[in-house]
Amino acid sequence: MFNFCTDPDTLPKLEWFACYLTTGKHMGFYFSFGTVLLLLAITAPAALLFGFGGASAARARFLPLRWFGKAYISIVRGVPDIAFFLFFVIALDQGFEWMRHKVKCPDWDQPIRQGNDFVVCAQAKLPLGTAPQWVHETYGFSLAVLTFAIVFGAFSANVIYGAMRAVPKAQIETAEAYGMSRRQTFWRILVPQMWVFALPGLSNLWMVLIKATPLLFLLGVEDIVYWARNLGGTANPRFTDYPHADWRMWYFLALLVFYLLFTKVSELVLDRIMRRLSHGQDTAAGEAQRRAAGGPP
Amino acid sequence: MKKLLLATAALALSAGMASAETIRLGTEGAYEPWNYINDKGEVDGFERELGDELCKRTELTCEWVTNEWDSIIPNLVSGNYDAIIAGMSITAERAEVIDFTTNYTPPDPSAYLAMTPDVDVESAVISAQTSTIQASFVAEHGWTLVEFATPEETIAAVRNGEADAVLADKSYLAPFAAEEDDLVLLEREEQIGGGVGMGFRKSDTELKAKFDAAIQSMKDDGTLNALIAKWEVASTF
Repeated sequence: MFNFCTDPDTLPKLEWFACYLTTGKHMGFYFSFGTVLLLLAITAPAALLFGFGGASAARARFLPLRWFGKAYISIVRGVPDIAFFLFFVIALDQGFEWMRHKVKCPDWDQPIRQGNDFVVCAQAKLPLGTAPQWVHETYGFSLAVLTFAIVFGAFSANVIYGAMRAVPKAQIETAEAYGMSRRQTFWRILVPQMWVFALPGLSNLWMVLIKATPLLFLLGVEDIVYWARNLGGTANPRFTDYPHADWRMWYFLALLVFYLLFTKVSELVLDRIMRRLSHGQDTAAGEAQRRAAGGPP
Repeated sequence: MKKLLLATAALALSAGMASAETIRLGTEGAYEPWNYINDKGEVDGFERELGDELCKRTELTCEWVTNEWDSIIPNLVSGNYDAIIAGMSITAERAEVIDFTTNYTPPDPSAYLAMTPDVDVESAVISAQTSTIQASFVAEHGWTLVEFATPEETIAAVRNGEADAVLADKSYLAPFAAEEDDLVLLEREEQIGGGVGMGFRKSDTELKAKFDAAIQSMKDDGTLNALIAKWEVASTF
């Protein structure tokens, strides 16, 4: 990075650190912060969508759909995340490849399952074996997003399902008395009002999601914890220009600060959203707001 | 003229495709001197050099991928990469799931690293990396075993007193013993494993045969021994 970095052994402390912290390896570390933030930015709305879908399905009047919603919520919530990540992602990937295989190579005569191996024709591979590295990485990342969305979607489905039931019954009855259809009641009365009940649970999930990103490395995506462990480990002078002792403590300290800052910012934002959602609601917080604004007791 | 241009273009394209047959090599990237991530953030080490040379000899383009040790076999079997080259010892148990090439390092003893030279391993707490031959060795003998996900942690466990000694490949432990004053290698060593080889899916027999031939050719012309000596990973053939 800097010109003076050619011979790190001779450098004074400050310059040594300037060089050390700008090695290619450290760039990978800094880059992984972006990966994690991007993952969160995509996963959170996706999980919310899955959750909303799951909750709506779980309270549908059509019985098979209701079964589907309830099964999704209880099965995914019951399976440990790590097992889900090891099993489901591989199964998902193989499912995609199996479908492509059926379409693209109809005259393939060998079995797809050969013992432990899963063999599809070369054209059905996802991504193609000849694809450049970044395609593989993007594909792995997308699988990770999808898996996170499904797992956290199930949890948020349960939260939203509960929130939908917490909306005061009088509101629904009033809507029906005004002659609104079921669909109108759902979209105009239930959904706008349920968020205030869902938010505490959803904010919990968000906090858990922030800290669940190390699961990424199971899928080959290099996240911040992987790099912190790798960079902090004892660096032997035989294999690096920047030897040092076991510095994992410092790297993990940096992660701690990052996570604390991140959760603090999240809390501030979530508080603001909560204040907005409580406005005009028949809840303790909504009531307090009304009184603070000078409404009658 | 136009036809000629087209023909050459097509030829160039097909030639490009023929040489661009890419295979992906999976490694751990945390096991010096076998494989590690260097200052530039690239895979480096004995297996990097070996793998690149083998790819040259088999005329394949190789991409390097890092994967956690725990899930390195499942991800090979499901096709995320095409070969494992990660200091993996050949064992009967693993050979039930994947196929190994001929070994590229001879079977070498595993060593113990401890704080004091007088540890009695049979009554001590031994740390080892999960799913390694060393971990199964300790477990089979009924000694006390603590397992860790990365090799680095097994040594940290000895330092902070959680374990009395760590059992691992001697080539991995030797630099620590040489570099750190508080760690020593025990005299006792264990003869386990059948050497280190590359792992392939059982269905990829053609690819495996190519690499078998390439490894054999490197054994024959002495380049493999030179590489082993350069990185001090094992004894030579």
